[in-house]
Amino acid sequence: MLDVSPLMSHTHDPNEQSTAKRPIIDLDAVNAKLRNKRGPEYWRSLEEIAETPEFQAWVEDEFPNRRDLAGLDRRSFLKFMGASLALAGVAGCRGVFLPDEKLVPYVRQPEEMTIGKPLYYATAVPIRGYAMGVLVEQREGRPIKLEGNPEHPISLGALDAQTQAQILNFYDPDRLPNVLNAGNISTVEQFAQVARDALAAQKAKGGAGLRILTETITSPSLAAQIEDLLKAYPQAKWHVYDAVDTDSHRVASEAAFGANYDTHYNLAAAKVIVALDSDFLQGRPDSVLLARHFADGRRTAASTGTMNRLYSIESSMTITGASADHRWPVKPSEVVGFASALAAAVGVPVAPGVTSVPASVVNAIAKDLQSNPSASVVIPGEGTSPEVVVLAHAINAKLAAIGNTVTYSAPADFRPARREDYSLAALTNALNQRLVDSIIIVGGNPVYNAPADLKFHDALLQHAKFKVHLTEYENETGQVCDWSVPLAHPLEAWSDLRACDGTVSLAQPIIAPLHGDETLSVHEFFSMLSGARRQGYDLLRDYYTTGPIPLDEKAFRRALHDGVIPGTASKPTQVPPVNAAALGAIAPKAVGDTEVKFALCPKVVDGRFSNNGWLRELPHPVNKITWDNVVEISPQMAQRLKISSGNILKLSAGGVDVSGPAWIQPGQPDGSVTLTLGYGRTNGGAVATTTEADAAGYDAFPLRTTTNMGSLGGATITNLGGDYRFANVQMHHAMQGRNIVRSTTLDKLKKDGPNTAYEFEEEEPHTWKENTMYPEEVFPWKGEQWAMTIDLNLCTGCNACVTACQAENNIPVVGKDQVARGREMHWIRIDRYYGPNEAREELETVDQLSNPSVVYQPVMCLHCEKAPCEPVCPVAATVHSHDGLNQMVYNRCVGTRYCSDNCPYKVRRFNFLNYTDNQTQFAEQDKIPLLRLLNNPDVTVRGRGVMEKCTYCIQRISDARIEGKKANLPIPDGGVVTACQQACPSQAIIFGDKADKKSAVSKSLTDKRAYMLLEDLNTRPRTQHLARLRNPNPEITA
Amino acid sequence: MALKEPINRPEDDVLIEGQQTYETIGAAIDKVVLFNKIHNKWFYITLGLSACFAGIMLLAITYLLYKGVGIWGNQIPVGWAWDIVNFVWWIGIGHAGTLISAILLLMRQQWRNSINRMAEAMTIFAVMCAGMFPLLHTGRPWVDYWLFPYPNIMGVWPNFRSPLVWDVFAVSTYFTVSVLFWYMGLVPDLATLRDRATNKHAKWAYAVASLGWRGSNQHWHKYEQANLLLAGLSTPLVLSVHTTVSYDFAMSIVPGWNTTIFPPYFVAGAVFAGFAMVMLFAIPLRARYKLKEIITMKHIDWMCKIMLTTGLIVSYGYMLEVFFGWYSGAKGEVELTWYRMTGESRWYYYALIFCNCVVPQLMWWPKLRQRLVVVWIVCVFVNIGMWLERFVIIPMSLQINPLPAINRQYDPTIWDILLFTGTIGFFTMMMMLFIRAMPMINMFEVKDLWYRMIKRGDASVPEPVGASVGGGE
Repeated sequence: MLDVSPLMSHTHDPNEQSTAKRPIIDLDAVNAKLRNKRGPEYWRSLEEIAETPEFQAWVEDEFPNRRDLAGLDRRSFLKFMGASLALAGVAGCRGVFLPDEKLVPYVRQPEEMTIGKPLYYATAVPIRGYAMGVLVEQREGRPIKLEGNPEHPISLGALDAQTQAQILNFYDPDRLPNVLNAGNISTVEQFAQVARDALAAQKAKGGAGLRILTETITSPSLAAQIEDLLKAYPQAKWHVYDAVDTDSHRVASEAAFGANYDTHYNLAAAKVIVALDSDFLQGRPDSVLLARHFADGRRTAASTGTMNRLYSIESSMTITGASADHRWPVKPSEVVGFASALAAAVGVPVAPGVTSVPASVVNAIAKDLQSNPSASVVIPGEGTSPEVVVLAHAINAKLAAIGNTVTYSAPADFRPARREDYSLAALTNALNQRLVDSIIIVGGNPVYNAPADLKFHDALLQHAKFKVHLTEYENETGQVCDWSVPLAHPLEAWSDLRACDGTVSLAQPIIAPLHGDETLSVHEFFSMLSGARRQGYDLLRDYYTTGPIPLDEKAFRRALHDGVIPGTASKPTQVPPVNAAALGAIAPKAVGDTEVKFALCPKVVDGRFSNNGWLRELPHPVNKITWDNVVEISPQMAQRLKISSGNILKLSAGGVDVSGPAWIQPGQPDGSVTLTLGYGRTNGGAVATTTEADAAGYDAFPLRTTTNMGSLGGATITNLGGDYRFANVQMHHAMQGRNIVRSTTLDKLKKDGPNTAYEFEEEEPHTWKENTMYPEEVFPWKGEQWAMTIDLNLCTGCNACVTACQAENNIPVVGKDQVARGREMHWIRIDRYYGPNEAREELETVDQLSNPSVVYQPVMCLHCEKAPCEPVCPVAATVHSHDGLNQMVYNRCVGTRYCSDNCPYKVRRFNFLNYTDNQTQFAEQDKIPLLRLLNNPDVTVRGRGVMEKCTYCIQRISDARIEGKKANLPIPDGGVVTACQQACPSQAIIFGDKADKKSAVSKSLTDKRAYMLLEDLNTRPRTQHLARLRNPNPEITA
Repeated sequence: MALKEPINRPEDDVLIEGQQTYETIGAAIDKVVLFNKIHNKWFYITLGLSACFAGIMLLAITYLLYKGVGIWGNQIPVGWAWDIVNFVWWIGIGHAGTLISAILLLMRQQWRNSINRMAEAMTIFAVMCAGMFPLLHTGRPWVDYWLFPYPNIMGVWPNFRSPLVWDVFAVSTYFTVSVLFWYMGLVPDLATLRDRATNKHAKWAYAVASLGWRGSNQHWHKYEQANLLLAGLSTPLVLSVHTTVSYDFAMSIVPGWNTTIFPPYFVAGAVFAGFAMVMLFAIPLRARYKLKEIITMKHIDWMCKIMLTTGLIVSYGYMLEVFFGWYSGAKGEVELTWYRMTGESRWYYYALIFCNCVVPQLMWWPKLRQRLVVVWIVCVFVNIGMWLERFVIIPMSLQINPLPAINRQYDPTIWDILLFTGTIGFFTMMMMLFIRAMPMINMFEVKDLWYRMIKRGDASVPEPVGASVGGGE
């Protein structure tokens, strides 16, 4: 940088004159004078100094250390002015166009780090307690993105939206940065002192007044630590409560087999799948694996292929139902009726239940299951009643599925032996009986999500004396507790976790804790309780030296590198035959009319991710609503009760009310409403509790009780009227007679043979190939020609790609108000249409809406070869590259939005406001520097007023090209993987070089299901979609 | 305002009424400028009110620049909404001025002489209002100059294939030529004012502005040549500007925009709205400032007829849009036509048909053409209707899409409304200042007309003809 001072002191020192006129205070001298003074003496000295005329002048002068212009001679003055003006210009430019920041290079280069090159570390992130293996992309020391770990048995390289969004939680400025004691800032040391005192008091009683409450725990070393603590305090008790885990599977397993087993489904081997109110494609800890195997079963060769068949019986519309070949909506209470009818039909000795699904259908499903022995499976949902799960076990046993498509093993998680002892109800009882002095709540948020009938909040508040909450956020529970202790994020702590299949992963910190030593890992926390605080690494290393899985240094490093410890998966267990008594006990239960189903949110689960802007702004996979939750009602009920979407509904049951906005959901069973859990938070971060245009949603937990964790009956609905403003990203739901999502059946595809021109609709599409004046090869450049295919037959609409794109490409969160105004910034939009074949116009009749078929279609920039956006841009800010990319030049963009107007797919996104806060001159709030650390340095952060869109992850293409050039090798097929492709659990996206006829994408493009979206416009998109296939049972009509 | 005035007989082609002399004609016009007392409180109320709205406009612009176009209702898919609607509307308003001053001059329509000055001033102010919108509606207005082809070290040129670049040329040329034409026509009159002004400052200002005009033979000779040249230059502009503006839409592939009929239909619509706006101002002004003998009922009658004619052309355009929507067989076009008539925003469409097709039909009746209140109200309807037409074309075509999943309703925000009403205030304020400071009617051309009328025997001669025609006495 230039410096003006030499210019000023050119002829003589101007200070000579100015010091004479203007007293200058020497701060160093003052400091020296004060340094050795203490107490009253210090203040006296300070006063003395303050009274001196020098100090007075110094205070009054606005810029005390400036140089006095009057002291300059004419020549120096002119020079000075000239320099000032020139520099003012430069400074002005910096403020407006360039970031006003200082960059300092490394003095000492950290090992293994090359500036500009990412490093990847394997670790594991807990999702609902279970491990999800991830690779963390680290840039210059900052973790910036989570990607799937191909070595991990659940991830296999893919990731769901929630896991990916954990990186945003890591940088969340709302995380608890320090210990809070009754709302006041405290320190870990102080807490440790108090906690040790409290425990010492318990020592005498053997810990009789000590309780530990955790969520699901799969960490072997943590379980060992808790065991140790319980050994030291034999009377102490460990409780487990997880709002997402309703215990029904454990109850069922104990009833059916006499012990608790985990059930594992191998969908890769399944030809016929029946989902009993199960949304297995999302939300389960192993959903990524199930989605992969389910997709493998649907990926089919064009003509000879076979495909699995999915029947879904469900009580609310889910993506699993949307992917099903047959779907029936039934009320939650009716699932057991259907399950027993199906069980009876396949020969399980059980009384057939009553179901609205016709008997012919039940028999057809049973026949289909039986004709595929050992290749069929029934999957019960997580929130279903234990009876349904028992019936599923019995059916699977009958179908010889066990050992093939279903295996059992010892549970992967750790919890006390007897369910009655560890339940939250037992804890509440103990609290109410004043048996509990000290309670340690590890994670979770029981005050918010405990069953309402327990009144856990009151019990905790009134009866426990010493209440500690170890938590990432100060939430509703923290408010009640005396102490909130900051829990380290999984990316900044050593730990270990087990996946659903039992595989142990080591979790390593990617960065030092953001809030320093004030944050504790859960292991460090427990070590501190029983003595001196030990470092997480030492604890973990000790456990894996002396514990049940001893690892030598090489094996330990290997496990860290791979992200898994090999050979630790649970061994399949032989289970006894299903207990006949359990089957005999299944009887229909009368349930009052208007049932209420509690659904976990596919985005924020039970509210644990409420403070995550990425997840909040993610469109709900079915209703496409962002930020809020809704009360889903059936079209029939809406018609009957004269409810329209947006009316506020009051649901009352058992003397408790919950009010939320109605949403008419096609496919919702009549007589039942679905409430989504996880919203209406009152504490837990700025995003979770946002009041911006009522974006917080409503809290459905007050209706959920111990006996009605999955659903309840006998609710009354009152329409309070009103018109709630949803931030919905999709308003129209039918294809209106267009060939947008093409679909057909597998039988038809096979019949037509591989070479017949394929008719997806009766209406013959106008094809450019027949009627075009344009050459087929638009780009004569011989080199890579990038192209993509998206297989709609595999896409489940799960949103993993949307979040992957958001993380990779620095896509901002814009808030509910902006989404409601139509300004969401996601580069990938997953369109969801109801009724691909039947719906010619907007779906209107209740019949059409009662159970429509659902299709998903991800649409991002399709990189048209003849892109309509390009000719209309007045400044040539969107142009084509030689390798076929439609490029957006942010620097050149003026922001006329003409390109977006002319884009028939409307995939362009515009920065209507300063969403990224990267232009300081427009910044309205204090910057959150923490969130800027999250940005991918390879991708420009777009400022206000420019257009943006999918780039095919051009940064990854460039990287591959550079590496290829360095190695003097062409880019191999699969050498460029886009972020969406990488994340997709069902591998529906293929990307590659179209010019290479042997590449995967070329092969995919020759699939006769491949088609160009809106091909009659002759835009020639490089991204093509592959038609959706259905595999309906020919014996079932309609 | 006189509500009832004598109806001229059809054969009665008198363009200047009453007992006139050059003196009275000159005085009737320049008194508005030279005598303060002629402006009563209504002038100041209108000026003050419009200045307030102009202030609101400045506020709306300031906030817009500070915050970004997100303060408007624009969104995806509706990337263009009120911003471009207002742009096209204002450009259209300006058209009457150019048509009157250029085309009617070339066609030797002498009746233009008494209205062209005001119409030209309107053109300039309307183009100012219009130009503001494309400049401000961009995401980054501070780099708008990139749309101009200027040599730069980046070696980057605008994309000459883009209709928006054509627009930049069309509108900037149009504005430049309009200002030149208008100012050149003002020079002789400014000289007259210089000679007549008694106020020292006014005299000085007019002296500077009149560029040393002495009314010599040579001056008049050069003036006539330049006038003809500029008229020739302006004539294609009348057609080209709105044609080019219509290309913004016609060149796209958006159903409802991609239509070959747009150029003539936009030009006709512009003239339609422009004449309505001229009358909107002329009717009250001629009553207030006693100019009825110079802007006669004959003028009003003819302007109404032009309005009716262009209104019918526009109506024909609407019919063809519907017809080709159906005839094209293209799904998008059929759907859009249907959507305009039956969609959520259908009332815009029906209001447009009512304002632009039904209401102007009143102008078929000669008696109604003489009822100034009726004419004035029709003009209001026409201006509203033309705004609605642009609304129906621009945002409504974007509301529905080939992929129904992205259809979305557009709603304006308060800032859209404030900026638009602000430009109306700005426009009115500029007109008020204009009539205060400059002769709103071309004095020397009216005198010239008077001379020709006397020559033809259309007017009686109360005193010998001998005074010079021009301003320099």
